[in-house]
Amino acid sequence: VTVTTTSAPQLLSGWGRTAPTTTLLARPVDVSSVQDLLRVQPGGVIPRGLGRSYGDAAQCTGGLTVDTAGLGHVGALNEEAGTIEVGSGASLHELMRRLIPLGWFIPVTPGTRYVTVGGAIAADVHGKNHHRDSSFASHVLELSLVTPYGTLTASPHHEPDLFWATAGGMGLTGVIVSAVLRLIPVETSWMLVDRQRFSRLDTLMSTMESTDVRYRYSVAWLDCTQGRNGNHRSILTRGDHAPFDALPNRLRSRQRDVPGDPSLRVPRTGHGRILNRLSIRALNEAWFRISKESEGSLQSLAEFFHPLDGVGGWNLLYGPRGFVQYQFAVPPERGDVIQDAVRTVVASGLPSFLAVLKRFGPGTPGPLSFAQEGWTLALDFPLGPPSLPALLDRLDDAVAAAAGRVYLAKDSRLRPELVPIMYPRMNDMFRVCRRMDPDGMLASDLSRRLGIPQ
Amino acid sequence: VNDAFGNAQSVVVFGGTSDISRELVALLTADRGRSVVLAGRDCVTLAKRAERLRRTVARVQTVTFDARTLDDVEETVMACFEAAAEPVDVVVVAVGELGSQTADEAVPDRVARMVTVNFSWPAAALSSVAARLRLQGHGRIIVLSSVAGYRVRRSNFVYGSAKAGLDGFAAGLSESLRGTGVSMHVVRPGFVHTKMTRGRPAAPFAVRPEKVASDIVRGLKRGHAVIWSPPALRLVFPVLRLAPAALWRRLPG
Repeated sequence: VTVTTTSAPQLLSGWGRTAPTTTLLARPVDVSSVQDLLRVQPGGVIPRGLGRSYGDAAQCTGGLTVDTAGLGHVGALNEEAGTIEVGSGASLHELMRRLIPLGWFIPVTPGTRYVTVGGAIAADVHGKNHHRDSSFASHVLELSLVTPYGTLTASPHHEPDLFWATAGGMGLTGVIVSAVLRLIPVETSWMLVDRQRFSRLDTLMSTMESTDVRYRYSVAWLDCTQGRNGNHRSILTRGDHAPFDALPNRLRSRQRDVPGDPSLRVPRTGHGRILNRLSIRALNEAWFRISKESEGSLQSLAEFFHPLDGVGGWNLLYGPRGFVQYQFAVPPERGDVIQDAVRTVVASGLPSFLAVLKRFGPGTPGPLSFAQEGWTLALDFPLGPPSLPALLDRLDDAVAAAAGRVYLAKDSRLRPELVPIMYPRMNDMFRVCRRMDPDGMLASDLSRRLGIPQ
Repeated sequence: VNDAFGNAQSVVVFGGTSDISRELVALLTADRGRSVVLAGRDCVTLAKRAERLRRTVARVQTVTFDARTLDDVEETVMACFEAAAEPVDVVVVAVGELGSQTADEAVPDRVARMVTVNFSWPAAALSSVAARLRLQGHGRIIVLSSVAGYRVRRSNFVYGSAKAGLDGFAAGLSESLRGTGVSMHVVRPGFVHTKMTRGRPAAPFAVRPEKVASDIVRGLKRGHAVIWSPPALRLVFPVLRLAPAALWRRLPG
């Protein structure tokens, strides 16, 4: 058997570094070793990619965590169809570095390149183009999955229930081993970007509603550290891939530059918290000041899509206690929930370093897939303020009452009873899990905490 | 499983009839609690406690045991973990008996019993709990020690010495758990107004069980390995420990 199981159990947590638990870790290198791992696991088993889920989705206390790093092969590009077959452990970073020089790009990229293909499917991640291009799983033509029941291939046409339960299914249907992705052609690795500043939240939102359709990519950043009566400043950044003709001469030789590895890295000191109330305020202020309005300016892919990837291990800036991410979505007509949430957060004085607002297009059939048509707001908070847990519980209630939902890939604290309300098609998930995993072997801290599948 | 804020979903309590554990369980389960197992000797009080907890916690079960005998420590711990039927996030060990110093000190059987209840049983249970939590991959253990064990005195040395043993055992076990995802929190309350101390004159810094419980939860959130209650005792007792015997003898309480 070509499986490497670490002898000593390891302490694992998500990107937010909260609630670590110990688990055995295995790094299978082929499909048959994944199959061996899924035979008997009384303590539970869950796959893990690059560990970018903020909460406890990719760890299994007292059980086995299957690290997919050994399944990172990148298959041949089918230029004619514009597709590629890749292992689930391949990172989007790696894929971009290979594909951009060939004139191809990944159709959906989240705020970081450091996620695996398996993780992107399991969380059904979205990007700045969701309003036009839907989520990651919508561009997956086929996936190959090892379940306790057996190894299966699923697509939207073949085994659609299994396919959609796996898309956004947080690894609970099995270990994805490979997938066929649809790609988009790009002439350059540069982006043509329009940037607008707003001083009121409602004008920002109405601008997004009326003109987002003109752009492939659109996202707004809010300053949640100040403002009142709806006067919250924001920056709306929208753009598309730059055609070759749009590049000035000096950039033409760098037409297909690929994103590199982070040039800065946060040291692991174990102590100290750099992001606190004061620095978060200052950074928001600085960000707003340097972000001038512009039209048709050129940005590199990394600047546009993944500004945080420039700093390796940025999660360490929050100190040893870590932080929580909170992202929710509400229907298009419930923009009031977004405004109330921003007002509540600003009024609470709790510092949110990154507040990101975006509009979603229609969701997928995935019962646990997060994106649904409407608005989504993402916030993050350092751990510590005693009023934070109750504030988030109140936001949950407002979101659930508005037929909205919280993103499970970022969750670390939701109340279990709200999950079936936020994800009303949970039963579809349950049916698939019962078929693929009758003994309930697949489990993560997240699934145990929230009681998924219910 | 614990959430990001350290709120537990599943709690097991040994010594489930104590006043401190009553308050502590209420606080620990307030936000996310869904399963509590209360283990204790007095089944009537246990049943009452369980009934009240059911108003806020979905699943509450009881297990009876007697800390005066060491025959079934392992069975008791196993019964509690099996009853929980999910990962146990917090284990509270609040087993103890204050006894009566004057009546106990000259009677070998009584001394032996005090040591069993206050040291041997909890220590044996701790070893079993720690092993289970290690396997389970996470968990926090709260042990009720006492300032009486920090520097043992004439007025309650039978109880105090047994608590001193437990305190030392817990400190050593705590070290052995480093890096395992399991943590140990030793609580050293001063004089607490409970049914155990009823009728006794209160010592300086006396507190109510609610206060001890909130001090414990605060210490837990901050990850303190030793939790004093009230927290001011953290400064008082290390000084008193160094006091000359002649002075120590004359201190009130």
